[in-house]
Amino acid sequence: MTIPQISVFLENKAGQLADITGILSDNQVNMRAINIAETADYGVLRLIVDDASKASSILLEQGFILTMTPVVGVAVPDTPGGLSKVLGVISREEIDVEYMYSVFGQKDGQACMIFRVADTDALTALLEKNGIGTIAGADLGIH
Amino acid sequence: MERYYQKEIETASREQILAWQNERLVKQVHHVWDNVPYYRAKMEEKGLVPEDIKGVEDLHKLPFLTKDDLREAYPYGLLAKPLKDCVRIQSTSGTTGRRVVAFYTQHDIDLWEDCCARAIMAAGGTSGDVCHVCYGYGLFTGGPGLNGGSHKVGCLTLPMSSGNTDRQLQFMVDLEATILCCTPSYAAYLAESIHERGLRDKIKLKAGIFGAEAWSEEMRQDIQNKLGIKAYDIYGLTETSGPGVAFECSEQTGMHINEDHFIAEIIDPDTGEVLPEGSKGELVFTAITKEAFPLLRYRTRDICILTREKCSCGRTHVKMSKPMGRSDDMLIVKGVNVFPSQIETVLLEQGYPANYQIIVDRVKNSDTIEVMVEMTAENFSDNLGRITEMEKSLVSALKAMLGIYAKVRLVAPKSITRSEGKAVRVIDKRKI
Repeated sequence: MTIPQISVFLENKAGQLADITGILSDNQVNMRAINIAETADYGVLRLIVDDASKASSILLEQGFILTMTPVVGVAVPDTPGGLSKVLGVISREEIDVEYMYSVFGQKDGQACMIFRVADTDALTALLEKNGIGTIAGADLGIH
Repeated sequence: MERYYQKEIETASREQILAWQNERLVKQVHHVWDNVPYYRAKMEEKGLVPEDIKGVEDLHKLPFLTKDDLREAYPYGLLAKPLKDCVRIQSTSGTTGRRVVAFYTQHDIDLWEDCCARAIMAAGGTSGDVCHVCYGYGLFTGGPGLNGGSHKVGCLTLPMSSGNTDRQLQFMVDLEATILCCTPSYAAYLAESIHERGLRDKIKLKAGIFGAEAWSEEMRQDIQNKLGIKAYDIYGLTETSGPGVAFECSEQTGMHINEDHFIAEIIDPDTGEVLPEGSKGELVFTAITKEAFPLLRYRTRDICILTREKCSCGRTHVKMSKPMGRSDDMLIVKGVNVFPSQIETVLLEQGYPANYQIIVDRVKNSDTIEVMVEMTAENFSDNLGRITEMEKSLVSALKAMLGIYAKVRLVAPKSITRSEGKAVRVIDKRKI
């Protein structure tokens, strides 16, 4: 089970991020998670929103460059060592995590972390085998 | 006291200079006609035979040569001597498409070095001087040219070549260099390093000969003040031999063109028409003594003004102003010729759009070049590492093409200014 992620190219200049959040807000798109990776000159803004197809078409219309990537939402026990356990399982299987970040809030003592890997099916199966839950888009209010 | 390397020539009467030019031009046209089919065809196209050129007054009848001709004729098409008579090549920076290879006989090198010797002596050089040459050696004409000129004057020559500032300063101090030859931006950089390290009292420099890139009067004052020297300009291009085609004298108000070797004209870059003395236009050279690579009416694309006003140094050869710009889109960055089309080629090869902008600036007296490139959907990735990898490979491809480092800045699509649908390709912020 995967969640759609929108990644947007951010030029490093004042107001770029505000422009994007403004556009999403104007169109009633709710953000569930946000993450930025950047160099001195540019960055990649990664978003999980409640309506990815609506958000992406609006941003494309506005001239932004973006890409959609399936990512896995992993239920991480919100206790000390929770993430460590999950990462331990993944690294033993030598699945390469390109990047990860967390989703706002928690539910039933579980935090949600977004994992970007090349093979989402392999990761999902592995987590299941090890009793680690994945989080469906619906659980995050994604429709 | 003004010093000359070849006083009789450098201070000859105008009549004498014209007599040399007439005689040498006629001879050169025959030499080219007989040995360079490429140029002969150009003459024939205009219905010209060598006998039509009886002297300088007929020069305007001859067809021009341009950088495009040099490319088309690469490598041997403009060679006028058998290869067995040639002893050296020099070449411009730049890449395959734009490379210029010039050939020299031993006689050509002798004359070229004479020209450089004139420049060194005009800057006050004598056989008692220590001449520190940190122009690049190799294919670039700067190092070999000034090195040869320094030998002719009899200076102790330090063939330092470029780079390694620590070593430059050590030799400059320990061997008590008195004349510095390099690009003006490197001179400014050395001046700052000398200042920072408190070496000002330990250096013995009295003069500098700086060329291969444009520099302003303010930059001259700055270098002169920081180093306590007189800074002289020198001009030349690989196509015509190298540095020394023209050089500054003690008056420092323009460069005397060595008219016994080169005939200079100023033309309207659009019509090709020869303009009267004192007009601003494109500088055109005819080499009248070169054997191996004798270019006739070569368009330099440099915009400048010629003046024959009497010079206080006693030299009678025509003076050219510092180049005030170009009649093509070539940029000179760190002494290296850069054409926007070269950058465009690399971008297209690497899968970027041809909409780009080149920003040239001068930071702390050193040129910088930045290429703004628009991000595309195809090149974009959610993985930042992949984008930086692509950026790095673009930087190396540009380095391979241009020969210098150009910073790449990835920008949002359609963010590069287009004016009336046409993008502004180059923004040169240098105040020259």
